[in-house]
Amino acid sequence: MRRRAVITGLGVISPVGNNVKDFWNNIVSGVSGIDWVKAFESDGYPSRVAGEVKDFDPTTYMDRKEARRTSRFIQFAVASSGDAVADSRLSEELLRSEKVAVIFGVGMGGMDFLEAQHCVLLEKGPQRVSPFMIPMSIPNMAAGTLAVKYGCRGKNLTIVTACAASTNAMGEAMKMIRNGEADIVISGGSESTITPLSFAGFGSMTALSKSPPEKASRPFDKNRDGFVIAEGSATFIIEELEHAQKRNAPIYAEILGYGTSDDASHITAPDTNGRGAIASMRSALEDAEIEAGMVDYINAHGTSTPLNDAVETRAIKAVFGKETLPSISSTKSMHGHALGAAGAIEAAATILAMKNGWIPPTINYETPDPECDLDYTPNKAIKKNIDYALSNSFGFGGHNATLIFRDFTE
Amino acid sequence: MEEKVKAIIAEQLGLQLEEIKIDSRFVEDLGADSLDLVDLVMKLEDEFEVSIDDEQASNLRTVKDALDFIEKLSRAV
Repeated sequence: MRRRAVITGLGVISPVGNNVKDFWNNIVSGVSGIDWVKAFESDGYPSRVAGEVKDFDPTTYMDRKEARRTSRFIQFAVASSGDAVADSRLSEELLRSEKVAVIFGVGMGGMDFLEAQHCVLLEKGPQRVSPFMIPMSIPNMAAGTLAVKYGCRGKNLTIVTACAASTNAMGEAMKMIRNGEADIVISGGSESTITPLSFAGFGSMTALSKSPPEKASRPFDKNRDGFVIAEGSATFIIEELEHAQKRNAPIYAEILGYGTSDDASHITAPDTNGRGAIASMRSALEDAEIEAGMVDYINAHGTSTPLNDAVETRAIKAVFGKETLPSISSTKSMHGHALGAAGAIEAAATILAMKNGWIPPTINYETPDPECDLDYTPNKAIKKNIDYALSNSFGFGGHNATLIFRDFTE
Repeated sequence: MEEKVKAIIAEQLGLQLEEIKIDSRFVEDLGADSLDLVDLVMKLEDEFEVSIDDEQASNLRTVKDALDFIEKLSRAV
């Protein structure tokens, strides 16, 4: 029998809450974390809304020196991983091992510090650039910092597949557990890219919503006009089942299947027929060894861009057919699009939906779109037993990744 | 000047002011690594409007070394 990967701990830092309880309560109640950008003066930018993490004090999670030497995406990873480790009741001894890996998904890394230091370079010259510019900017430093913090000496990887990054990370983590490379993987994603250059760049792509905050993120709605950049992190303790049972760890869910593919069609636009998304979902189902009809809930990528939501709808219809459609929602309607951390934050929403027996809603849904003609759980959560759930993430570069979770019953 | 130098060191290294003694060694006593030292030297250069080259910086091992060096440079200006 193959080794099974289960989730034994969870931590979330998000625009709708800096702990698991607040995050879930807000997601299930349809509370939005989207507002006008506070991180910088956004006059003149094409989009001025964001899903920012509120009231985050890094010194709650680390000493002042570490806080000075880490940028926000790393601080988020330290914070969410600390909660996940505590939740999983993992001892320091268990973590200090070559059988403990760290695999994180990050889209951009420390753009905040990079941009600030580029200004220093231009204004004061190369001699004044901080020695921390590199370690605070490079995307792998979330995973690197966690290895140092917990003493995890096993495989340490960062996956950079844009908005699919943390779903890919968790899938690869599950594979590592299966093939015996690790007994425990600290996995998830982190991102903090609410910066002028990021807003300018995504803005120039016309990818961002220009609507006011309360209507900006409205996945699958006919009047959707782009995504809302968000920030945050979610970390999971992914553990081999027997290892978890032996130490009586709490078990949230099993990661049952993982599929990933690439559209191989365009650098940023999804394949209009959804071929890559279809392949990703189908390979996840095959990996999970379940029929499409068994899936009870899909946490969609649902970015609120005109293209993604139409293509994802097409792909879901192709994979599931009319008779066996699961409940669907996009929680991005509430927490926005956290890029490299999106998959991890949505995996948290999916697992909590499963654990609590509620499908979280797609808020801001008002006007049906003929191109998006499914039931997306509009505006109100619905009570439903969920045995199997699927979560999609798609990224620039044509990256597609899908995870399938199973409610944990022995 | 001593108080100002100590305050900068405390801030840069994330320590309490009272932890910084005049004979504290940056690496052994205050836990600084090579990145912290570069960052600290930059901060001292900015604050006191002096220039410390790499070789001089490598000789600054204690709070007193830094203080003496900055006082000397400041007098020379």
